[in-house]
Amino acid sequence: MNEAVDSGNDVRWVIYSRAFFGLMQRDMRVLSREIVPFLIRVAMNPLLFLFVFTYVMPHMSGGARMSPVAGLAAAGGSGGFGTVLLPGLMAVAIMFSGIAAVALPLAQEFGVTREIDDRVMCPLPIGAVAIEKIVFSGIQSLFAAAVVFPLAYYIPSTPVLAHVSSWWFLIAVLVLASLLAGALGLTIGTSVQPKQIGLIFGVVIVPITFLGCVYYPWAALQSIKWLQIGVLVNPIVYMSEGLRAALTPTTGHMPEAMILAMLVFFLALLTWLGMRGFASRVLS
Amino acid sequence: MSEAIVEILGLRKVYDGKNPVIAVDGIDLHVPAGLIYGLLGPNGAGKTTTISIATTRAIPTAGSVRIAGVDVVAHPALARRSIGVVPQYNTLDRSCTVAENIRFHCRYFGMTTAESNTRTAQLLEQFRLSDRATAYPQALSGGLAQRLQIARAIAHHPRVLFLDEPSAGLDPQSRIAMWEAVQGLRGEGITVVLTTHYMEEADELCDRLAIIDHGKILIEDTPAALKASIGGDKIYDLRMRDLHESRQLEDRLRKTDGVTSVEAVQGGLRVLARAQDGLLAKVVTTANEFGLQDVTTTEPSLETVFIRLTGRDLRE
Repeated sequence: MNEAVDSGNDVRWVIYSRAFFGLMQRDMRVLSREIVPFLIRVAMNPLLFLFVFTYVMPHMSGGARMSPVAGLAAAGGSGGFGTVLLPGLMAVAIMFSGIAAVALPLAQEFGVTREIDDRVMCPLPIGAVAIEKIVFSGIQSLFAAAVVFPLAYYIPSTPVLAHVSSWWFLIAVLVLASLLAGALGLTIGTSVQPKQIGLIFGVVIVPITFLGCVYYPWAALQSIKWLQIGVLVNPIVYMSEGLRAALTPTTGHMPEAMILAMLVFFLALLTWLGMRGFASRVLS
Repeated sequence: MSEAIVEILGLRKVYDGKNPVIAVDGIDLHVPAGLIYGLLGPNGAGKTTTISIATTRAIPTAGSVRIAGVDVVAHPALARRSIGVVPQYNTLDRSCTVAENIRFHCRYFGMTTAESNTRTAQLLEQFRLSDRATAYPQALSGGLAQRLQIARAIAHHPRVLFLDEPSAGLDPQSRIAMWEAVQGLRGEGITVVLTTHYMEEADELCDRLAIIDHGKILIEDTPAALKASIGGDKIYDLRMRDLHESRQLEDRLRKTDGVTSVEAVQGGLRVLARAQDGLLAKVVTTANEFGLQDVTTTEPSLETVFIRLTGRDLRE
């Protein structure tokens, strides 16, 4: 009998954790080589969004009234539309990098090249290889959120009203949202065929972004009751509302306990789906 | 015989679906340590599925596989420490350089940074890849990519290396280089299990062979013993102008000293004989009276063994 099987859990955990960190190290190396495209990818969407809606439009003559978001600016209190956008755009950045860090590479790795084979063959249970994808993606998402913050803080012409009352809550939301984005990426990356990955942007990413309370607070949907209830199945809602509650509490937001509970729920659900999908793609 | 390093018992794999496919149909296999062991069979015989199960990438429907004593279904992650795999297709990590492909592989298997660097440098040297260390896998030729895959697969000092169709898509020169690399592993105490449908490869490279068809092992022995089972050292294929007197010719040939058997084949007769001076001349003289058109002489090959066992050509 092999000594590793006999010698119990201690040895096993050493083997597993070394393999896990080996995988992380590999992903770090690959990311470090693509740091510039990564930054461009992360920053471009919030940069342009903020620039057009919170800088250009307010400067147009009569822009405030012409702007389709004039009403919403009021929702942000005296902070204007930038206050509404700050948490929303952070949520989008977190979600995008989850998709970009997991779903897109997986599509390639499961495709013709089967590049993932060598990593799947490392001495680590398959489920843990999937978890590594989520964790690494989570780190990338945190980074992406950190890039958005200064943009959203400094670009808007009306200063953003940001105020952190509980750092613990902010950290909890950021970590949960980042892992959730990775789990979403894993679920998408393992459930669609590699050649259909482009379609995912139109069918999944765009709808969950626009219906994810990113550009408006959930409370503002009150007048469209069916939509306000309907968007509750969208995990992005809890990411943007969570950041809203943590960073810009002057904007109306969902109860904090509900936000945390739903983030945990979606994280568990998507991790389970993603791991299952991963195993079924890897094993035959 | 030494301890079996790969032990396969009653292995079955059925792929469910509208038309269930029985890919592996009750395979038993004992691979002794230190050998180069070949699974020879046509495409679709079940070789790749057998290897996929043994390397933890497929779950068997029934049966068990133990590698170095570890059950691969019960402990896949731990079993992988004893396994090196080179799949049929190029699975090199396209986002990492040649050296990183090996280095990160070492890291996955728990080596420290220093150990990984030393092992990487040593393997690059051994497989003559040092000058390509910073290249990306996309820039490698088929032969180099294959060598890198082998180097990576053995980086963690596995007990067994599985090679799935290692020479598929390689030019003859790269194929010979690959054979040399594989033979070199014998010295490192690595047992090699390879699948192939090239009989030359099986004959040249393998110490023992299992011939597989339709998910079953038909026969298992050394290449020499398999060829000897044909019952002759020489095969004379006689092409005859017409066949209506061939029965009489068969009888005459059978009585010739040195001939072990005669059988009718399309367009003529096949004579199996011992290697013996003057025998060919005798066979030709005899056959000439009955309208011999042409004669070809060959030695028994694994191809002949396969045809004998299945009635089909290996390449079909």
